[in-house]
Amino acid sequence: MCGIVGLFLKDPALQPRLGALMAPMLAEMTERGPDSAGFAIYRDGAPHPTLSCLGPLCTDWKAVAASLTQATGAAVEVETIADHALLRVWGDLRAARAHLIETFPQVTVTASGEAIEIFKGIGDPMDVARTFGLESRSGTHGIAHTRMATESAVTISGSHPFSTGPDTCLVHNGSLSNHHLLRAFLEARGERLQTENDSEVAAAFLAWRMREGDSLKQALHAALNRLDGFYTLTIGTRDGFAVLRDPIACKPAVLAETDQWVAMASEFRAIAPLPGVENARIWEPEPGVVYSWGGEARAVAA
Amino acid sequence: MTMTLTNTGLIDLSDTTVREANATLQAATEGAFTLANPGGKHALACGLQHPVSVTIKGHTGYYAGGMNKLAEITIEGNAGTGLAENIMSGVVRVTGDASQSAGATGHGGLVVIEGNASARCGISMKGVDIVVGGNVGHMSAFMAQAGNLVVLGDAGPDLGDSIYEAQIFVRGSVDRLGTDCIEKEMRPEHIALVAQLMDRAGLYADPAEFRRYGSARQLYHFKIDNAGAY
Repeated sequence: MCGIVGLFLKDPALQPRLGALMAPMLAEMTERGPDSAGFAIYRDGAPHPTLSCLGPLCTDWKAVAASLTQATGAAVEVETIADHALLRVWGDLRAARAHLIETFPQVTVTASGEAIEIFKGIGDPMDVARTFGLESRSGTHGIAHTRMATESAVTISGSHPFSTGPDTCLVHNGSLSNHHLLRAFLEARGERLQTENDSEVAAAFLAWRMREGDSLKQALHAALNRLDGFYTLTIGTRDGFAVLRDPIACKPAVLAETDQWVAMASEFRAIAPLPGVENARIWEPEPGVVYSWGGEARAVAA
Repeated sequence: MTMTLTNTGLIDLSDTTVREANATLQAATEGAFTLANPGGKHALACGLQHPVSVTIKGHTGYYAGGMNKLAEITIEGNAGTGLAENIMSGVVRVTGDASQSAGATGHGGLVVIEGNASARCGISMKGVDIVVGGNVGHMSAFMAQAGNLVVLGDAGPDLGDSIYEAQIFVRGSVDRLGTDCIEKEMRPEHIALVAQLMDRAGLYADPAEFRRYGSARQLYHFKIDNAGAY
């Protein structure tokens, strides 16, 4: 069991409150996944190319930034929170991500992109939310996950969301049965995975499809054909938001939409605290049907 | 703690726990109750054994009205997974949609879903009657043993897979019948039965428009020809 929530704001007036609206949603899903949690926020405002990273507390992030500057020629600013660091990179993000993974094996790059920031941790989901200041974060959309580990250990690297492509991330409730095969397939095509987790393979699959030119919608249709197993997925891109359930649809999902927002959650109770919910259109997403909002713009092939 | 009210009253779930609310409802022997602010909470109005009436003002989570006996429960909203699971008697009604496995394993009584029901509606039903105003999802009436499933809309794939002696009536299309489920003749007594079930459910359509589905009885009898395999 795991819990998923997602919130895509249509009304820009709500953007300063994105985190404040998401925190109660995440809290409500604690029972579905009390062992670890994580969230992705898509910042509003000007693009700011960023690598979200996590590493041991002793990590010398200044040295990491210096190495990155030396390798890529790009100026790097560092912002640290607990065991995370946000590296603002004024240069080629894909190259910077590859350099970090190559040079600093103890560092995990959890996200890269112009708007996305990802934070994750082990333990009570609300502790994770507090540590990383979810409630005070603003943005256009966000997705979050509470995990009850089944396929792999309770480690920070098993926490969702997973992201391997620019400004693209995914949370997953379920388990994939063909992730070993797909991992080899994707690695042969240049995708760089950092964990043994099945959900990261799904994220990498979408990142690969979008790098090949698919829109988010097209990538999800491809996923329907290639992912084998149980899944309810919620996906964020720079300006998009999507939900997909496998054709057997054992894993729950509820969608709700008003003029101001689109919300997704494993259970309605996580959506219940949202403003205007009494007038929302609420439905259960159909098995094997792609639901998406926002830009059909292709992900930037960074 | 059980609340002091016994046979009537308003229970506000924003300041009452589900345990307190259910204890109050289970202790009541008659009367009418309203549950306000359900907020998608799980296991609301479960295990009622007396002829009380309960109205839930909003959406419920999993297993609402579970194990119901004699009570009449109305959910003014949508219901999560496992609505009225293992219902014995009484009525559980949802004015909106129900998630998967509505009426699962129900032995008796009536479940009314005015909107759509998702996958596995009536899975392993054992005598309950289920009337759905809209559509039902895939694998509905899977291994259904007894009772009636009436669908005013369409049915998803694998309807009635491995069905025993339950009867399915669908007014709209059936995406695909499950293994050992076949269409059967709609005789006058079936038209009368559908009319009577819709009447009890308060949902109306021309009963002559329904088609009947049930077991081909090829799957659940042991075939004597196979005896040699042992």
